[in-house]
Amino acid sequence: MPRMAPEPTPETQHFWDGTARGELLLQRNKQTGEAYFPPRPFCPKTGSRDVEVFKASGRATLYSYVINARPRPDMGTEPHSIAVVQLEEGPRMMTNIVGCPQTPEALVLDMPLEVVFEKISDTISLPLFQPAKG
Amino acid sequence: MKQNSVAVVGAAETTKMGKIPDVSVIGLHADAALNAMKDAGLNPSDIDGVACAGISPVELAHYLGITPTYADGTSVGGCSFMLHVRHAAAAINEGLCKTVLITHGESGRSRVGAGGFGRSPSSLMGQFEMPYGVTSPPTMFTIPVLRYMKTYGVTEQDLAMVAVVQREWAALNPRSSFKDPISVDDVLNSPMIAWPFRMLMCCLVTDGGGALILTSADRAKDFPTKPVYVLGTGESVETPLVSQMEDFTTSKAFRVSGKKAFDEAGIKHSDVDHLMIYDAFAHLPLYGLEDLGFCKPGEAKDFINGRNTAIGGKLPLNTNGGGLSYMHSGMYGMYALQESVRQLRGVAPAQVKDAKISVSHGVGGMFAASGTIIFGNEKV
Repeated sequence: MPRMAPEPTPETQHFWDGTARGELLLQRNKQTGEAYFPPRPFCPKTGSRDVEVFKASGRATLYSYVINARPRPDMGTEPHSIAVVQLEEGPRMMTNIVGCPQTPEALVLDMPLEVVFEKISDTISLPLFQPAKG
Repeated sequence: MKQNSVAVVGAAETTKMGKIPDVSVIGLHADAALNAMKDAGLNPSDIDGVACAGISPVELAHYLGITPTYADGTSVGGCSFMLHVRHAAAAINEGLCKTVLITHGESGRSRVGAGGFGRSPSSLMGQFEMPYGVTSPPTMFTIPVLRYMKTYGVTEQDLAMVAVVQREWAALNPRSSFKDPISVDDVLNSPMIAWPFRMLMCCLVTDGGGALILTSADRAKDFPTKPVYVLGTGESVETPLVSQMEDFTTSKAFRVSGKKAFDEAGIKHSDVDHLMIYDAFAHLPLYGLEDLGFCKPGEAKDFINGRNTAIGGKLPLNTNGGGLSYMHSGMYGMYALQESVRQLRGVAPAQVKDAKISVSHGVGGMFAASGTIIFGNEKV
């Protein structure tokens, strides 16, 4: 079963184009420099449309998560994490933590993470996170 | 809103509760509505305002033969009915209508005439949460809790105790789905749903419904039951994406809604005799106690472990057994309101002696929305 895929809208297309290229793109208010997520063509703090897209570092820490013991059919059969990560630039995003055992012992809050991209269709790659190397 | 200007004069749940495979969703709305009208001694022609969530108020009005001058289809999840009460009070005070019927019905378990739980893949949830494997509330509502637990040193045992205490209340309620006592070990040995949540930390999935009828306080004395007055009301919404909550250790919607209701009612926390906090999962009463101001941040676990919310405690909480043990059809807020009304009428199965003020606090979505109603049974 193919994994459930997002359908980009005009306001989010740049984000999904970015992940397909292997880049995690955020937006920020050009006046205040404050970054935000999910994508929209204005700053949610001030309402200003004077915003820009920029490439994030891909560094994050583990903010909170669950380990789903009853996966959705398109997610396989083994328990897996559903996590929220704190990006270095400020915003948080939902994701999966990969590249380590899906256990409370291996998934420790505040552990350093780095983004990886998983291609799930011709046009969509999902930003996932793995324990930071080095 | 003006204190004491509006009262609940009709309140009832569906005739049956739990597993009702022979009634559709709209049938549950109607069954509850007819029971509430009987409770108030009213007919459909006496109702001139309608509100509901899950189905459209157009469907409700037509099905029951009501010609309203006020219709409210606010649908923000399980606390929608708290918002309906608040909006109805404002509408009655403004003269938009005189008598409002609020209904809930949901075939959560049997799925008779029920829609699906789904989001468009182009919605924000569809793009930025669904691809990571979230299914339904057990994998979304639960996501903030590990951060809350780390911040305040809350343990799995603390979460389990919420379910244990509520089961004690449920044992006193003949209509509860589950009445047998459970221990902390029973909760921690129940099947894993989504770490750190076990099955007994998650709400039931049942069929049922409920309805309320509100009118102006000056008319309330003409009805057969003891009036339950609306003292204060609050509502707020935060985000459709649980991942984007401002703070995982507290709900902004809870805080804003609760403060508004307490300010309107002009009461102190020590004035509250009875409390309902929507408990879709075991962590919600902890967040609710803190965000409503009954406990300081991080202290709700000790408050519950100290049996303050249990039978004989100073703040009886979720006295019907709650969503964890009484029933949970999907949008539970109506049942919290029903229990507040029963307590203030003095007819609850687990009656709190001399209860005069009850707070009913609801959540919608995954910490997405909130509504708070403060009821009293004496004109102040």
